[in-house]
Amino acid sequence: MGRTWNNKAWFMVLPVLLLVAFSAIIPLMTVVNYSVQDTFGNNVFFWAGAEWFEEILHSDRFWEAMGRNLVFSAIILVIEIPLGIFIALNMPKKGWGVPVCLVLMALPLLIPWNVVGTIWQVFGRVDIGLLGYTLRALGFDYNYVNDPFDAWITVIVMDVWHWTSLVVLLCYAGLVSIPDAYYQAAKIDGASRWAIFRYIQLPKMNRVLLIAVLLRFMDSFMIYTEPFVVTGGGPGNTTTFLSIDLVKLAIGEFNLGEAAAMSIIYFLIVMLLSWVFYTVMTAYDAER
Amino acid sequence: MARLDETTANERTLMRQTPATAEAQTANAALARKMRRRGEESRFWWLVPTIYIIFLMLPIYWLVNMSFKTNQEILGAFSLWPRNPTLANYAVIFNDPSWYRGYINSIIYVVMNTVISVAVALPAAYAFSRYRFLGDKHLFFWLLTNRMAPPAVFALPFFQLYSAFGLIDTHIAVALAHCLFNVPLAVWILEGFMSGVPKEIDETAYIDGYSFPRFFLRIFMPLIASGVGVACFFCFMFSWVELLIARTLTTTAAKPIAAIMTRTVSASGLDWGVLAAAGVLTILPGALVIWFVRNYIAKGFALGRV
Repeated sequence: MGRTWNNKAWFMVLPVLLLVAFSAIIPLMTVVNYSVQDTFGNNVFFWAGAEWFEEILHSDRFWEAMGRNLVFSAIILVIEIPLGIFIALNMPKKGWGVPVCLVLMALPLLIPWNVVGTIWQVFGRVDIGLLGYTLRALGFDYNYVNDPFDAWITVIVMDVWHWTSLVVLLCYAGLVSIPDAYYQAAKIDGASRWAIFRYIQLPKMNRVLLIAVLLRFMDSFMIYTEPFVVTGGGPGNTTTFLSIDLVKLAIGEFNLGEAAAMSIIYFLIVMLLSWVFYTVMTAYDAER
Repeated sequence: MARLDETTANERTLMRQTPATAEAQTANAALARKMRRRGEESRFWWLVPTIYIIFLMLPIYWLVNMSFKTNQEILGAFSLWPRNPTLANYAVIFNDPSWYRGYINSIIYVVMNTVISVAVALPAAYAFSRYRFLGDKHLFFWLLTNRMAPPAVFALPFFQLYSAFGLIDTHIAVALAHCLFNVPLAVWILEGFMSGVPKEIDETAYIDGYSFPRFFLRIFMPLIASGVGVACFFCFMFSWVELLIARTLTTTAAKPIAAIMTRTVSASGLDWGVLAAAGVLTILPGALVIWFVRNYIAKGFALGRV
């Protein structure tokens, strides 16, 4: 792209810079501040160096939440990505079915996150929920309030319900960009259904899929509201993911130093992933 | 002027394509017909989307179903549809200020946030799509990290920051806080749309003697109108669905509907019908406007990059 060098463009970016600096840099500096200081109350702080970081990196609680979150994200990706591709491949390509499918599938994406939680909280209840009631009627001993396994299943199914459509929509956008000529050529060569998928559709969906994987990973890595509403992090701590743990630490226990140190570690991981995302995107833009 | 040039160019390319012989075209059509027959050889291709959509709609249906039942019916008899449909639950919400204020509060800060985000993002997105400048790539990347930042990290610092400014429990506090992820989102989406507009249009307009503001409003804005609409929609949506920050920054006067809902669940745990009705009402705004952006949903969620 022939973009001209012009440093005056800075003036156009300035409002964004000021606004985002106000809502990102100042809070972030507060966090950095807390992460290296300790207090005995009364707003008297003293230097604590890397103590909080050492504490958090040595705390089982942090690593357990991290482990749970990584397992959760991995399960989410393993289910949602193939499922999303499969559904996108079976979407109608033209006709009245297209807008109907798009609108209905996108609906869960636009529901407030705590309402998503509420929906599943109600849906899974064994006394008044369709899912819980049906499972009980079929003889399963399902109870997401007391059973950690059932709680996990519920949270995972909820996330699949909530976000698979994102993968579907992205893949579908990639699929419709494939010119008909490709398929015709494949037919002439007598390519099988699998070959068409492997050598035409998958390569064309490559970048879209990468975006989908990254977005799904990041969002599931910082999931808070939905599992919080459904399980509250329980039973016990079994569905306490990183964000839930962090909010507990910061607002529930008011353990500012540790929470701040944890925030910074959390944020660095997210930065790293954003960088991967950015590299992918710019490589794509350069090709465009 | 510029648009005229574009159409003539399109016509020229069209003319270049027409010499394809009629024979080749009929052959193509026959092949396409055959392909469709074979490609969808399983006559049950519609089964997958249908099952998936049923899976998506069931929990939503259950919520709608509950919202038309009385509490006695919900807790008493298990039924797939309301036996005695009632609007009482909705009446409770529309008659109780502590309920419907929640919706008004949410809408106020969401609209404020959308206006602020898109207004500041427009010039910035233009700068990113048209110019190179010192630190542009770093800046663009930094914006992205804010879109990806976990709200949980920012909840407490936001509370302290807005306390210091005396802005706690105001709509503007939530609107500004949501700018953290919505401004980057709007910049990325708009940049994606603007990069699709050829640069020659800008240059032609300058040669024709347009000043920058006039060019931007009269020529450029109509060209990216759909992009602006999509950016607005996504700012609206992401501000509407967010709860953690909105809840942290408000106590009573600006409390969003989402937070009022959670309070009801934990406090009484009994008013299922009203809870369901409130939930249904929060789904409506998205459901109403989704039709208009259906072709851009993927692009919006992928930050303008599909």
